[in-house]
Amino acid sequence: MYPEHFRYTKEHEWVLVEGDTATIGITDHAQQELGDIVYVDLPKVGAKLEQGASLGSVESVKAVSDIYAPVSGEVTEVNATLADKPETLNRDPHGAAWLAKVKLSNPADAEGLLSAADYETYIGAEK
Amino acid sequence: MPDVPPLRATPLNSVHRALGARMVDFGGWDMPVQYSGIVDEHRAVRTAAGLFDVSHMGEIEIRGPEAEKLAEYVTTNAVSRLQAGQVHYSALLYDHGGFVDDILVHKVAEDHYFLCVNASNQDKDFAHISSHNRFDATVENAGARYAQIALQGPQARATLQKLTPVNLTAIRYYWFADGEVSGCPARIAHTGYTGEDGYEIYIPPADAVRLWNELHEAGRESGVKPVGLGARNTLRLEAKMALYGHEIDASISPLEADLAWIVKFDKGDFLGRDALLKQKESGLRRKLAGFEMRGRGVARDGYEVLWNGAPAGWVTSGSPSPTLNKNIGLCYLPAEEAQPGTPIQVMIRNQPVDAVTVETPFYKRAK
Repeated sequence: MYPEHFRYTKEHEWVLVEGDTATIGITDHAQQELGDIVYVDLPKVGAKLEQGASLGSVESVKAVSDIYAPVSGEVTEVNATLADKPETLNRDPHGAAWLAKVKLSNPADAEGLLSAADYETYIGAEK
Repeated sequence: MPDVPPLRATPLNSVHRALGARMVDFGGWDMPVQYSGIVDEHRAVRTAAGLFDVSHMGEIEIRGPEAEKLAEYVTTNAVSRLQAGQVHYSALLYDHGGFVDDILVHKVAEDHYFLCVNASNQDKDFAHISSHNRFDATVENAGARYAQIALQGPQARATLQKLTPVNLTAIRYYWFADGEVSGCPARIAHTGYTGEDGYEIYIPPADAVRLWNELHEAGRESGVKPVGLGARNTLRLEAKMALYGHEIDASISPLEADLAWIVKFDKGDFLGRDALLKQKESGLRRKLAGFEMRGRGVARDGYEVLWNGAPAGWVTSGSPSPTLNKNIGLCYLPAEEAQPGTPIQVMIRNQPVDAVTVETPFYKRAK
């Protein structure tokens, strides 16, 4: 369920680091908790993200929730398909519904995040 | 550490868990918020039917030679105009005209009225009615004697008819019949909280699991699904039905809540009458209005509403509407601005977003 090569936050974001680029998304657990997603607010290309700060929000029928940057860096690409099809986040949160790609300002940022096994333990304990 | 009382469970709690429902604390009750998803469940009710566990709702019974007098005094609608077997929507008010609760009053007999009240208000309602009982009548807080299952949607009648000898076609809208459903004694009310045709069925708690499963099975081929509190809220909002704690509470009067139709001033004295008359004569300061978002965003309960750029009210309920594919809501506005067509703004996460007041209900089923 939770890809081994991703890193995870306690706020339920995932990050995939490849060289100096990171892809960011929200976890399957997050989409399940939110339910039917109707809006995703993403940063603009060029925006500077700071680890732990809000980068946007995701809104479901019943609630709105902040998305926090799992790493610091500059946004190089955002997933524009989510504007028209936010429900992709419910179907494929770890794949097609990635949120943004960033150029890492500190490649070590992801090292302090949770492994897949630790994240699964964390959400198991949260229940 | 303050003592936190344990959550109360309905007789159907294990059924919800077996169905994989997400459970939440709803006013002290452990209730299902969703099963397959709010939008999916919402659409099932609009197109087929939904099965709801509403056993947390309270029941209060008023009996005795002066049952009608007590019911007439503590509620706003005209109890004396009900016939046996008839139901109406009504309100319990404080002297100052604010809501104790909104309720359904069922006339069982001249000397017996059956009230369905909100779960979290039932003890308060019971105490309130009892404290004004200077009549030859008894008041019973009867919630523990009833489970309640609602079956709502265009397939509700055909589904329920499979399990009951009671001729459902003969029960008019907002009437009820006492009979049996699948051999279990049941009060079958042609009422609901979704804007669809449907029934609310009061049964002994011991029969709830069997009846739920039989109704679910009877409706399976026509698409009947279990529905949680999440979709119950979006359904009632589309139908502009009030929810206690949102559109109405102790600080709001039925006139402000656009519920003047449940207040019968000509019926004689009742609790809150003088305050409402005064409010009517001096003019309402605020009134409930429906709105649609024009800008991007969902208005949520408690968000500030601006008119002419200045704070003018607040959102009482707001959500995406699965039926209309719009973001809708209800809000309080100065009475003179509450008519349809007023441009307003809703403060969404510190940004003013455009909206406009509209006609309500947002959704009305084809008859």
